[in-house]
Amino acid sequence: MENILKIDQIEKYYGSKVNLTKAIDDISFQVDEGEFVAIMGASGSGKTTLLNCISTIDRVTTGHIYVGGEDITKLKGNALNKFRREKLGFIFQDFNLLDTMTAYENIALALSIQNVPAAKIDSKVQKVAKELDIESVLQKYPYQMSGGQKQRVASARAIITDPKLILADEPTGALDSKAAKLLLERFAYLNKNLKATILMVTHDSFTASYAGRIIFIKDGRIFHELHRGQDSRKDFFDKIIDVVTLLGGDLNDAL
Amino acid sequence: MLFKLSFQNIKKSIKDYAIYFFTLILGVAIFYVFNSIETQSAMLAVSSDTREIIELLTTTLSGVSVFIAFVLGFLVIYASRFLMKRRNKEFGLYLVLGMGKRKVSLILFFETLLIGIISLVVGLVIGVAASQLTSVFVAKMFEADMTKYQFIFSKDACIKTVLYFAIIYLIVILFNTFSINKCKLIDLFQGGKKSESVKVKNSWVCIIVFVIAVALLGSAYYHVTGGYEDIQKMNQILWYIAMGCIGTFLIFWSLSGLLLKVVSSMKGIYYKGLNSFTFRQLSSRVNTNVFSMTIICLMLFITICVLGSGLTVRNSMVANLNELAPADIQFCQFYEDEEYTKKQKNNIDTPILELYQKFGCDLKSYFKEYVQFYMYATPECTMGDTLGSAMEEITKQFLFLQYDTQEKIIKLSDYNNLAKLYGKETFSIKEDEYIVVADFDAMVTVRNAGLQAGTKLSLFGHNLKPKYKECKDGFIEMSGGHLNEGIFIVPDSVVDESYRNREYVIANYNTNSKDKIAKIEKEIESMKNTKDYVMPGTDTRTEIADASIGLGAIVSFIGLYIGLIFLISGASILALKELSESADNLERFRMLRKLGVDEKQMNRALFRQTSFFFVFPLTLAIIHSVFGMKFSVKILEMFGSEMMIPSIIMTSVILFVIYGGYFVITYFSGRSMIKE
Repeated sequence: MENILKIDQIEKYYGSKVNLTKAIDDISFQVDEGEFVAIMGASGSGKTTLLNCISTIDRVTTGHIYVGGEDITKLKGNALNKFRREKLGFIFQDFNLLDTMTAYENIALALSIQNVPAAKIDSKVQKVAKELDIESVLQKYPYQMSGGQKQRVASARAIITDPKLILADEPTGALDSKAAKLLLERFAYLNKNLKATILMVTHDSFTASYAGRIIFIKDGRIFHELHRGQDSRKDFFDKIIDVVTLLGGDLNDAL
Repeated sequence: MLFKLSFQNIKKSIKDYAIYFFTLILGVAIFYVFNSIETQSAMLAVSSDTREIIELLTTTLSGVSVFIAFVLGFLVIYASRFLMKRRNKEFGLYLVLGMGKRKVSLILFFETLLIGIISLVVGLVIGVAASQLTSVFVAKMFEADMTKYQFIFSKDACIKTVLYFAIIYLIVILFNTFSINKCKLIDLFQGGKKSESVKVKNSWVCIIVFVIAVALLGSAYYHVTGGYEDIQKMNQILWYIAMGCIGTFLIFWSLSGLLLKVVSSMKGIYYKGLNSFTFRQLSSRVNTNVFSMTIICLMLFITICVLGSGLTVRNSMVANLNELAPADIQFCQFYEDEEYTKKQKNNIDTPILELYQKFGCDLKSYFKEYVQFYMYATPECTMGDTLGSAMEEITKQFLFLQYDTQEKIIKLSDYNNLAKLYGKETFSIKEDEYIVVADFDAMVTVRNAGLQAGTKLSLFGHNLKPKYKECKDGFIEMSGGHLNEGIFIVPDSVVDESYRNREYVIANYNTNSKDKIAKIEKEIESMKNTKDYVMPGTDTRTEIADASIGLGAIVSFIGLYIGLIFLISGASILALKELSESADNLERFRMLRKLGVDEKQMNRALFRQTSFFFVFPLTLAIIHSVFGMKFSVKILEMFGSEMMIPSIIMTSVILFVIYGGYFVITYFSGRSMIKE
């Protein structure tokens, strides 16, 4: 399988020489096409910094990140923007939908900024809406939708451009458990049926249990890695809990 | 400590305050400049008449200043409360940290004080600098020569400006203290959260409302321009103004819904790049600011009209002077007046020239050329008689005419002599014909109706019919405007000399020297009524010139003053409104950035959003003004409106500089706010 994401010995420092904080301390891993990977860690473990570096919102201090074979740490200015809008799809904890636009327009915006002709937009939006079960809310504004609906709209916006990689930052963080379950089932569906590659950051074991592989991070380093293999989601969840317990107090907010 | 905090707050939020500062400084500067006009004109070489007019101007301007101070006061209070709202969280933090409300008020007090002092000082410096330039403008307004250049500083204007603005700032401080004391902590913290839900209007309702609005405006436009003869009462005009205001409001109310319907149906444009985003931003902005956009639009409308008409009046008056006062001096002796004593009445028909001779003043020796003639009037010939069969129709249209006024009659040869002196068209008529000359437009309409009907006059035993079907342009008395309501020219043989009503002497001096003319006029002026004789009334070209230039200047200055203040008020409210949502904007643009939108594209989106927000009210205001100006021109008709173009250009320049200035500041502050 093709390597979608390759992270090669990246480090990220904050502060001055005298008072140095290593947010990421020599992390390397790879994500293959069609994988659903979760990154778990406590607050301050460096998982959000990692995600920011991959999404080119932040820059690494040393090391390289390859997306589809392209070294994104070398990109600058408009090339970065181009990379973001063509190769990546984002899903955020607080949805980040534009409150002035309808769900339909929010989803369509991702296409129109890529200069997709208007004629092609409609069919694409309808298709992705069907997959995420949000056809009924397309003409609504974000304030008229529930949290779960908003997050599914945000997901639709993220995948409609067929990105190489979908980055999700605590996607269930602002959802109740029922909405979270619905969303994660959609993620699993997208991953399985549409071969979408998803990299998700979370500190919630239940959310992580939907992934195929979990990378645990502690103090900026990879602490452990779990593969789901043929396990059921329930078994996988138990395994996660074991690791979290092993981590002790460090991941005590994991449940 | 508190003071330091205040100082740093200002320094920190200088971006937010840029518009506020800009407005305050402009306000102070304009206030100073207009209140220092007396000082500015002090060094001009002007006649004593003009000096009096300048005094009148100064008094008027200081009266207007009170009104202006109110407008500015409201503006400053509005703007400061607006800025305060944006800092609710900061005040909440102070209160949570245990700072008393009194201390928070004190911080605000220092801030306002500091802003007040800085803006006053900067504004005054700019005002003083500007008044050096405007004094040239003042001189031009009064057609005066600047004797010599000197530095102008008006202590009075300075003190007045400081005083007025001190009061305004004091009220702002009171308001701030009051609102801090009143507020609850929870509100302060939640103040930052947007509670605004996007209200979406039904697009069909919007279309219907828009059509109604257009109909309202159209009807108001029609009535104030095309059908203006129908307007007889003030409350009718007020009714059309109200229609215009409501129409404007409804236009803005329905605008976003309508545009949404139209633009979103053009999918090719709507779903291109950031267009849908920009458009939605704009429409939500318009939607939530319907009321302020209406106010701003109306303010701009007033600004354009006031600036345009004010400058037009002045320019036309000067331009018309040669036409309206073609001779140097005119004497007019009325034969009947209740105030005359018996002796005076007996002597009243002494010819004017003889009369002056009697008192040792040989007028003829001053004149290069002159015309002497009489005007006649008879109860046989009243306005009612001259209208004939058109009377009924005219009465319906014009309620205020006095139909029993005796008409002025003049002999053809006398009129032609005068016309030659004035350099105007002469006439010839047959023995049974008459001609009417008039130049006051409303009366021309009335006269034409009578002439159209072919009204025959019976005068002193003769029957006369109109030679022309309409009035001829012309006048007898020199004046500052087109005021001739109608004079009947009849054949010489018709007139009965015993119906003399008044005597005229109209002349040109045999000198062009200003000093000599002043000396002659002083001598004539010194002749007073005596027990036995009444001296004729005089009008000189100099007086008419001074009066019309002065009146024009007063109108222009007041127009400029009010126009400028309204302009900065409207533009600054608009700018503040646009920037008010910068916090939400920051969020939205940050999101776009994450989606991978280029900076250039985002700037373009912001530019479009801001410029449309500024252009909407301006466009409607300009459309209003086209009709409003037409109306005001009709009202100001007697001053003439030939000089429209320069004043429209001048108005556009002022509008472009100030409104454009606000737009540029708004765009750049908005841009720096969305930058990471």
